[in-house]
Amino acid sequence: MNYFPDEVIEHVFDYVTSHQDRNSISLVCKSWYRIERLSRQRVFIGNCYSISPDKVIERFPAIRSLSLKGKPHFADFNLVPYDWGGHVYPWIVAMAKSKVNLEELRLKRMVVSDESLELISSSFANFTSLVLVSCEGFTTNGLKAVAANCSLLRELDLQENEVEDHRSQWLNHFPESSTSLVTLNFSCLKGEINLAALERLVARSPNLKTLRVNRAVTLDSLQKILSWAPQLMDLGVGSFIHDPDSETFYKLKNTIVQCKSIKSLSGFLEVAPYCLPAIYPVCSNLTSLNLSYALGIPASELIKLIRHCKRLQRLWILDCIGDKGLEVVASNCKDLQELRVFPSDPFGAGNTVVTEEGLVAISFGCKKLNSLLYFCHQMTNTALITVANNCPNFVRFRLCILDPTKADPLTQQPLDEGFGAIVQSCKGLKRLSLSGLLTDKVFLYIGMYAEQLEMLSVAFAGNSDKGMIYVLNGCKKLRKLEVRDSPFGDAALLADPGKYETMRSLWMSSCEVTLGACKALARKMPMLNVEIIDDSELTVDEALCGGAPVAVTADGDDKQKVEKMYLYRTLAGPRNDAPEFVCTL
Amino acid sequence: MVMRPWDPTTMISCYARKQNHSRLSMAFQGDLNLEATELRLGLPGTGDHERRTPPVGVGVTKNNKRGLPELEDGHREESTRTTKTQVVGWPPVRSYRKNCLQPKKTESESGGGVYVKVSMDGVPYLRKIDLKLYKEYPQLLKDLEEMFKLKGGEYSEREGYNRSEFMPAYEDKDGDWMLVGDVPWNMFVTSCKRLRIMKGSEL
Repeated sequence: MNYFPDEVIEHVFDYVTSHQDRNSISLVCKSWYRIERLSRQRVFIGNCYSISPDKVIERFPAIRSLSLKGKPHFADFNLVPYDWGGHVYPWIVAMAKSKVNLEELRLKRMVVSDESLELISSSFANFTSLVLVSCEGFTTNGLKAVAANCSLLRELDLQENEVEDHRSQWLNHFPESSTSLVTLNFSCLKGEINLAALERLVARSPNLKTLRVNRAVTLDSLQKILSWAPQLMDLGVGSFIHDPDSETFYKLKNTIVQCKSIKSLSGFLEVAPYCLPAIYPVCSNLTSLNLSYALGIPASELIKLIRHCKRLQRLWILDCIGDKGLEVVASNCKDLQELRVFPSDPFGAGNTVVTEEGLVAISFGCKKLNSLLYFCHQMTNTALITVANNCPNFVRFRLCILDPTKADPLTQQPLDEGFGAIVQSCKGLKRLSLSGLLTDKVFLYIGMYAEQLEMLSVAFAGNSDKGMIYVLNGCKKLRKLEVRDSPFGDAALLADPGKYETMRSLWMSSCEVTLGACKALARKMPMLNVEIIDDSELTVDEALCGGAPVAVTADGDDKQKVEKMYLYRTLAGPRNDAPEFVCTL
Repeated sequence: MVMRPWDPTTMISCYARKQNHSRLSMAFQGDLNLEATELRLGLPGTGDHERRTPPVGVGVTKNNKRGLPELEDGHREESTRTTKTQVVGWPPVRSYRKNCLQPKKTESESGGGVYVKVSMDGVPYLRKIDLKLYKEYPQLLKDLEEMFKLKGGEYSEREGYNRSEFMPAYEDKDGDWMLVGDVPWNMFVTSCKRLRIMKGSEL
């Protein structure tokens, strides 16, 4: 089989970079498996509990970059209790012990302690890149350690983490010799920072391309910082309020004009509409614009801004832009590929909302659209069918109708046909989130047509077990299925146990699944961890008797419905860090 | 296709389940067990002793949950209003994002006022006022008049001040003294560092 020396094959493998491809080539033969594993530098683990850190290090001794994901996706919406797990510390310990030459660490939905950050900063001399997304458990003290000790740090990217502010002045701890920063994103930090230290840091970082600041950075500070970094390509603004007639504002406008490389703008965590014109000069080059945190900008101002942004490829915006505003997007942003419209007022009715009309307008204007997240008040089948016809290139399609079981307001019908059209037309669809009134039929369509589907999110949908069975049978590439509040029960869960070994995970909450069925599944499939999560509060009776939360066990009436179940394939067996309210069957 | 009449209690009880956590959900199946699904204040499980045992002989009933919402609008709005705030994790917006979009409310509620000193020519003592208590210029000026016992003139947005001996001025972030009333109110609040009521003779 091998006509070439190992070094040659390894060199060829260097060109194979995607994780899936490298996984595939490792399966070709023993020799390729060996060469591949010894040369793999970037490892992606989609579920941190699917394998132990030691096994990973053993298989990939040359690992330099590790990506890990922890909690299930529904943790984003408070469905997973706080202490469920997803700790990164054991991974850091294992890598430090084995003297792994770790350079990059990317974590999503994991619990990261200050101890972990301190250990990272002291164990890996060549550490260059830390990316934390939706993580929690650390404070600014941990950041202090990273700033102070990672002398080669190029990337510190904190996206939407919950970080406790301990007034650590962490920015001051970047040594004067630190000049290598390329990316610095601390937009999610809630506390104050030393503005002078930030300015000095930016001034001595000539390679800085991405800078996203937090709310504490005022407009006048921003002006000074930008004057040191005209080479920036990605800017996240903090507080953007100032008297537009002031000298400071005038200076800012001139400084921004000098930043000819800015392609991405975000932040605006606090913004006054009359300040927006300052950014008009960079709009014509923008490919990415995120105004989804900018409350208080009226639709008229948003529209004025959008008219300047002809090259946008990615737009994240609040629904106060309205259907009319989306029409303007459709006529201006012909290159748009990704659109996310977030609710500005998730619980109120709101005056400015978006409906199916906005989405239809977008579909007529933005033919390159391939990724959508759309929160709206209503949707019709006709609209969805139109969208499906106009935009066959969707890879990610997530629709959220704020009233989760709302029917088509024109016909009172379920939205089965609309979503059916989407999956039939978009042959490359990998990710789908459903909402609105939906019967088993939509799942029949999904099973029939969604051949590339990898992730499906279901809420308040379906009539019977058949719905889920259609999906499990039909979607051959399914990796993640997450279901809440839908009438899928034991028959669906047990229809094809082997399927779950081909998937990363399954989440079912507030469905009809019983304890007995979960136990049966766990017995049948030893390579799965079937977790039952019970985080219901103490009852008054239990509290009065001085009781502690009862640990969830496998003893209990088998006919009992299970409130939350999370199962995933694993080589590591039941995890040893599960809290009391989690029971692995 | 036959449209099943939509039962409002089903929808509410669906959501009530989430509120009352897992134990009550077992009592849900089969007949509409209205007591078990009643929305009420109190910890989950209080007063409900049947919670662990599901009704005998009940399998998975699918009919109750998914119905078509064939309702008069008024009725639906009532149930959706209650349900919207009750369902955990819906709409699926990250708590990080939800928290970020809330702050304006909490800041003013927790008393983060904007206090500025107010001086008046010829008066030995200064006063302090919280600009956040006002929503517009006339309110502020009226208060200033009362505070300093001024015989002020009238202020209108279009014409500015009218026949007054005193003119209110403020120091802005750049250190310049500006006449109160030129800029939009919100901008004024964020840029005003201190106020000074100037005597007519200096103007």
